Amino acid sequence: MNRVKRARLTEQIAKTVLGLMAVTVLVIAAAVLIYIVSKGYRAINWEFLTTRPVKLGREGGIGPAIGGTVWLVSLTALFTLPVGILAGVYLSEYAARNLLTRSIRLAITNMAGVPSIVYGLFGLAAFVMLANFKVSVLSGALTLTCMTLPVVITATEEALRQVPQDLRHASLALGSTKWRTVRKVVLPASMPGIVTGSILGLARAAGETAPILFTAAVFMSPQLPRSPLDRVMALPYHIYAEVTSVPNWSEDLIWGTALVLVAGISIVSVAAGVWRSIQRRKIRW
Amino acid sequence: MATRRATEVVVRALVFTCGWLAIVILAAIAIFLLTNGLRSIDEVGLGTMLTGTSWYPTSDNAQFGFLPLILGSVFVTGVALFVSVPVGIGAAVYLSEFAGRGFKEVAKSVVEFMAAVPSVVYGLIGVAVLIPWVRTTFQLDSGMTALTGGIVLGVMSIPTVLSISEDALHAVPESLRQGSMALGNTRWQTTYKVVVPAASSGIFAAVMLGLGRAIGETMAVLMLTGNAAVMPTSVFESVRTMTGTIAAEMGEVVRKGLHYSALFSVGLVLFAMTFVINLAADLVLERQRKRWRR
Amino acid sequence: MVNALNVEPRTTAMPTLVMTGRENDTVVAADASGSFTLSEVSVAYGRDLVIEGVDMYIAPRSVTALIGPSGCGKSTLLRCLNRMNDELGNVKVGGKIMLDGQDIMGKDSDPVELRMRVGQVFQRPNPFPMSIYDNVAYGPRTQGIRKRSELDDLVEDSLRRSALYEEVKKNLKKHAFELSGGQQQRLCIARALATMPEVLLMDEPASALDPISTQQIEDTIAELKASVTIVIVTHNMQQAARISDQTAFMLRESMDEPAHLIEMSETKKIFTNPDDKRTESYITGRFG
Repeated sequence: MNRVKRARLTEQIAKTVLGLMAVTVLVIAAAVLIYIVSKGYRAINWEFLTTRPVKLGREGGIGPAIGGTVWLVSLTALFTLPVGILAGVYLSEYAARNLLTRSIRLAITNMAGVPSIVYGLFGLAAFVMLANFKVSVLSGALTLTCMTLPVVITATEEALRQVPQDLRHASLALGSTKWRTVRKVVLPASMPGIVTGSILGLARAAGETAPILFTAAVFMSPQLPRSPLDRVMALPYHIYAEVTSVPNWSEDLIWGTALVLVAGISIVSVAAGVWRSIQRRKIRW
Repeated sequence: MATRRATEVVVRALVFTCGWLAIVILAAIAIFLLTNGLRSIDEVGLGTMLTGTSWYPTSDNAQFGFLPLILGSVFVTGVALFVSVPVGIGAAVYLSEFAGRGFKEVAKSVVEFMAAVPSVVYGLIGVAVLIPWVRTTFQLDSGMTALTGGIVLGVMSIPTVLSISEDALHAVPESLRQGSMALGNTRWQTTYKVVVPAASSGIFAAVMLGLGRAIGETMAVLMLTGNAAVMPTSVFESVRTMTGTIAAEMGEVVRKGLHYSALFSVGLVLFAMTFVINLAADLVLERQRKRWRR
Repeated sequence: MVNALNVEPRTTAMPTLVMTGRENDTVVAADASGSFTLSEVSVAYGRDLVIEGVDMYIAPRSVTALIGPSGCGKSTLLRCLNRMNDELGNVKVGGKIMLDGQDIMGKDSDPVELRMRVGQVFQRPNPFPMSIYDNVAYGPRTQGIRKRSELDDLVEDSLRRSALYEEVKKNLKKHAFELSGGQQQRLCIARALATMPEVLLMDEPASALDPISTQQIEDTIAELKASVTIVIVTHNMQQAARISDQTAFMLRESMDEPAHLIEMSETKKIFTNPDDKRTESYITGRFG
């Protein structure tokens, strides 16, 4: 009886300690969120969102930085989606079970773990210098593409695997080729998962600084790029540059910038998640 | 019919190319780092760089010793693991073994939010909150220390450690838990005697991936550690990490110069370290997946 | 390979006529063919031989039931007939299979074309996640039919043949997943019929359905017999007895040896007076 009691007591203690750790995580996250919002909301107004920075960003707005980030992410999406989705299709529908496929999987998980600054170096050497795209939206987007690809590939493969095998067989049994089966049945059926996973990956790309540090970003630029070969301002880089190289940077404006960035990423991610669960309710296997 | 066959062949080629691209990119990264770092490896020597204790890239008698940078990364990462491992694993065990459904759902979204916050924003919070706190609490001249960067980095890697540990715990078959409980063990006894050991390889992988994440993180450490390129002796000193060095100096170097090349060599070392860490984690995870598959 | 039973196919050559035409919105099947002749057919999964020495003749516009205990290779044999085993990887089919006198496994035979002539209905209803209309139109569109009026006709026709039309005609744009299980399975039959196949393969098509839906499927099969050859795998003896003209009994006597075709003849004979003792014991329920 005594032994049982002691076991119960130990369990209670363990549970409390572990629970406290879980709560700590929640508290940290809540603190981060509240801190950003409370420090940043004052700066947010239409003018701040649309006008360009004045006096090295101590005054004015962040219009060009928002636009630049949108540019970068759009171009990244343009490159990443087709390639990433096809690569996911390869792994799920075409790849044989062999050493090569295993190596590809290994390469993909490894790509996800390569430090973002190393992608920056690679982008500098490959796109800025060798391909001679200069420091530009194009170079930055290509660099971000390399970083985002593993996310899109993994999301696609997982979504494709959810599609029941029966559905593929039904299409093949109707005399469809493999590609037609993939294009008309498998891909449409798995779109919610693919799109949501990709959006989450692209939202992350929007917040990256290190990869664009020497491939795309410029500290001050009065307007949006006119071509993919122009440099751009970007939200995360703007925060970094202000904090580290502008004396007496404006706290209000920089926290405002951080809020815009975090809110943008969160809103897009949440919207993608909600959209997926709505779609999932429609398609149930 | 001929066109149908042709389409199929073209599509096949395209799909295969995209599929193999991951290997191509990974190889290209290694090759570009190596070729651009070649000049420094040639002129300074890899051994000299790896064991050199001074990093004076711009002085007349330039010295490219990586040790201060590597140690800087090690110090910061060490602090980060000190934060993320107990909290991450503890929270994962709680969520997987004890928490109710509602709490779990909330925690999942919260962790996703934490992972989505950009590192530059964590850096900003560190600048505003942690730097002053470290300075006054430990009565230092400057709050920009390895400790400061490490704490923020630890918070940033909690989502990685937590979610992968939780996956590993979740993969342990329910029958094992029931078997242990049926022998009269409490939930906690079951957890530490059966569930955690069974998931240990996955938890190990989680720690490795958290480590990889921390070592490769750039922006937050760049903004928080003060970036003094000297051999660190304690976590209360300013340090400069490998990632921070590349980020801070690449903007000002002469392209294709020796300093430029040396920074690529730093990148190569960084790449090799994370590659080994990730590979190890991946192999461990793979083994675990196989174990539970049947 | 040894032919365990030495059964000669009863007929070998049948007129080779490919039929896909329609007249006045009614399906003309008069000169449609759709006979299968199997000789010495064997199937191996990797190195594991699972079916051996199957000789069989399937007459055009008849219903043939494949029966036998689970794991006896009925479904595997069925998948040989539209080469769906190709898609499973690691499956090797030996011997000769002729559809209307044409070798379907020959070098110049294309599985994609074969499958337009030999449709399949699966065990569980598996409509595509799209509208009823798009499901049925999927096959014809695959064949390159784009004209709206033509597709409309084909969709209506196929739905009528599978006895679903009256229930769904008001709302063909409805998502297929909103149909009941039985309706979904009849939709899958319509989908398979829309390519105007000569043969329809059915792999336990009613096993996931309630009795009323099962009855409807069986009625549909009885009607379809006039225009297509049907090969159906079933584990339900009563069903086989009710709907088929001829029945083939397959058996894998131990896990160490492959399955064989034990006996095949008119359904009535199989169920009342089978030649083989093993058939008799299976039918009377000794095998389960």
